[in-house]
Amino acid sequence: MAYLIYDGTFEGLLSTVFQCYQQKITPTDICREADFQEILFTEKLTVATNEQQAGRVWKALQKKLHQRNRELPFMAFLSGEAGVEMVLYRFVRRLFDTSFSIETDYGDADVLQLKKMERKVLQETSRLLQFVRFQETKDGLYFSPVEPAYDVLPFTIRHFKDRFADQQWLIYDLKRDYGFYYDLKTVREVEISEKTFSRVDGKVKADLLQEQETSYQVLWKNYFDSINIKERRNHKLQRQHMPQRYWKFLPEKSSK
Amino acid sequence: MQVSVQEKLKILADAAKYDVSCSSSGNSRSNSGGGIGNAVAAGICHSFTDDGRCISLFKILMTNHCIYDCAYCINRRTNDRPRAAFAVQEIVDLTINFYRRNYIEGLFLSSGVIKSPDYTMERMMLVAKKLRTEERYRGYIHLKAIPGASPELIAEAGQYADRMSVNIEIPTELQLKKLAPEKDYLSVLQPMNQISEGIQSYKEERKKFQRVPPFTPAGQSTQLIVGATPESDREILQLSSNFYHQQKLKRVYYSGYLPVNEHDKRLPAIQSPPLIRENRLYQSDWLMRFYEFSAAEILSPEPPFLDLEVDPKLAYAIRNLHLFPVDINKADYHFILRVPGIGVQSARMIVDARRFRRLTSYHLKKIGVVMKRAQYFITCNELPSRMANWEPERLKSHILAESRIKRRKAGDTQLMLFPPQDSPASVPRQLHFKN
Repeated sequence: MAYLIYDGTFEGLLSTVFQCYQQKITPTDICREADFQEILFTEKLTVATNEQQAGRVWKALQKKLHQRNRELPFMAFLSGEAGVEMVLYRFVRRLFDTSFSIETDYGDADVLQLKKMERKVLQETSRLLQFVRFQETKDGLYFSPVEPAYDVLPFTIRHFKDRFADQQWLIYDLKRDYGFYYDLKTVREVEISEKTFSRVDGKVKADLLQEQETSYQVLWKNYFDSINIKERRNHKLQRQHMPQRYWKFLPEKSSK
Repeated sequence: MQVSVQEKLKILADAAKYDVSCSSSGNSRSNSGGGIGNAVAAGICHSFTDDGRCISLFKILMTNHCIYDCAYCINRRTNDRPRAAFAVQEIVDLTINFYRRNYIEGLFLSSGVIKSPDYTMERMMLVAKKLRTEERYRGYIHLKAIPGASPELIAEAGQYADRMSVNIEIPTELQLKKLAPEKDYLSVLQPMNQISEGIQSYKEERKKFQRVPPFTPAGQSTQLIVGATPESDREILQLSSNFYHQQKLKRVYYSGYLPVNEHDKRLPAIQSPPLIRENRLYQSDWLMRFYEFSAAEILSPEPPFLDLEVDPKLAYAIRNLHLFPVDINKADYHFILRVPGIGVQSARMIVDARRFRRLTSYHLKKIGVVMKRAQYFITCNELPSRMANWEPERLKSHILAESRIKRRKAGDTQLMLFPPQDSPASVPRQLHFKN
């Protein structure tokens, strides 16, 4: 019985699982380093992240999981919910211990919870596809700020690369301060040190925008207002599909 | 010039808003050859208007001039409204520029009829052609087929569009004659049949040959106006059921009638659009498409209208109490699907999960089953059937009362100054049709 502390990365968690097997530890709880609160009278153990060990656990998971659930542990981990570590740990243990597949055992609280977390993260990914809004700059770059609740930007890159293959674009995560830049050939991960856009709502400085950009934004806002049927007003439904936290990035919703 | 585009966009988007369809699903296409755009099978909504409807496609009329005078249409010839028309290039530019900024998933082009159906259809086809060939645009295109346009034009348009649609609008021929004397039912059905045959042969050829030029790969859809004419829900559901089975339509949309032309005495005078009825029709539509119900099961012979108080699935269960309770741990997937409170996702999860252990009501709740409704229609591991001796009418009023109590509790935080008057909501409002 021990409290295990890891560094908060997915590799760290997988290393922890590895250590549990190797040293025959049954953890009471697995905590992030940042969230850990000192406890007296219990054994605690800090696990160092080890790429190789994490890789071995990941590989074993891939062998055991059904194709459609290959990403399940990582997706669920991204949700960052409290207690996700122990749920994942119990799931992995049970997965390795049984000879048959337990991935659809929704009567088991752990499996169901993992599925629900995964669903949340997947929804955030698809919201990103919906609500990314590009601003065209003078040098022909299409820039979009985003602020997803979970760190899911990498999952959307394939979609954007295929869709906007003939334009340079940059999608930047303001919260986590990194982004992806597409230069018509490949996509690169970038970090911008000198920002020429607002850190709050990602608006590019007006003198850097392409001439027609603002007029297209106005056109879009006009369109958005005209397509609405006033007699059927339903703000609740609108907010349900398009939560308010996205509004500051949407030209049709952000007030000027 | 920009100003005039602004004005036109306002007028023509405003005129297009009564088209309900805005889906961009049904076709998956990757962006090969360095053009712009792709199509995602599930469709993507990019924004939601204040009325809660999604904006997936850039929905616009090419023009709102029209030679027809249909009573239910806002763009009828005799209406005094600002009129405008887009040039082909203007629509192309707007579409591409909106698309590049990720505002939209594609284009939905409709139009009033100018000069002749052929002339209008040709210009619409030109927009799609220009987008596909000159701009190398590979995103979604939804084109309206104009009733009465020549088959050659529709066939050509089908090569560029992902989805095509012809709006039936009025469910029966008799009423259509009354409200739109210049149109005839046949001219609406003809393009619809042509498109469905085209899709059919495209699908068959694709099995035989490697490369076949696509023909509306995302299928076709149509739209019906609900509440403008005295048709019953049974007639409407029967019609859409036929569309799904015979014409193989992908979607039928129902649009609650909005009193756009109040002066016209052929139309009913209503205060607000029949939103609940529209909602019940959509629920029935879902039952037909995803829950394996047939139109005849949704509406029993006696009342020709859907029950506005309870949803059609619950109404079906109450009418057919002899089929219940369903044993969650043993019954077939198809029977579990018929239980009120269990959706497609829950039903699948139940079938998957019960291989591992016997499910209890606790598990069901966790999975996402709405036990409030489902408990009367199921037995599971420990739950005694609550079916006992319910009479259908009593069960219905019991379920309704429980949902009402819950709603009242939610609003019980403060006493009301003026207690709400009991409105006779259960009696459907009588509509008057003048002959």
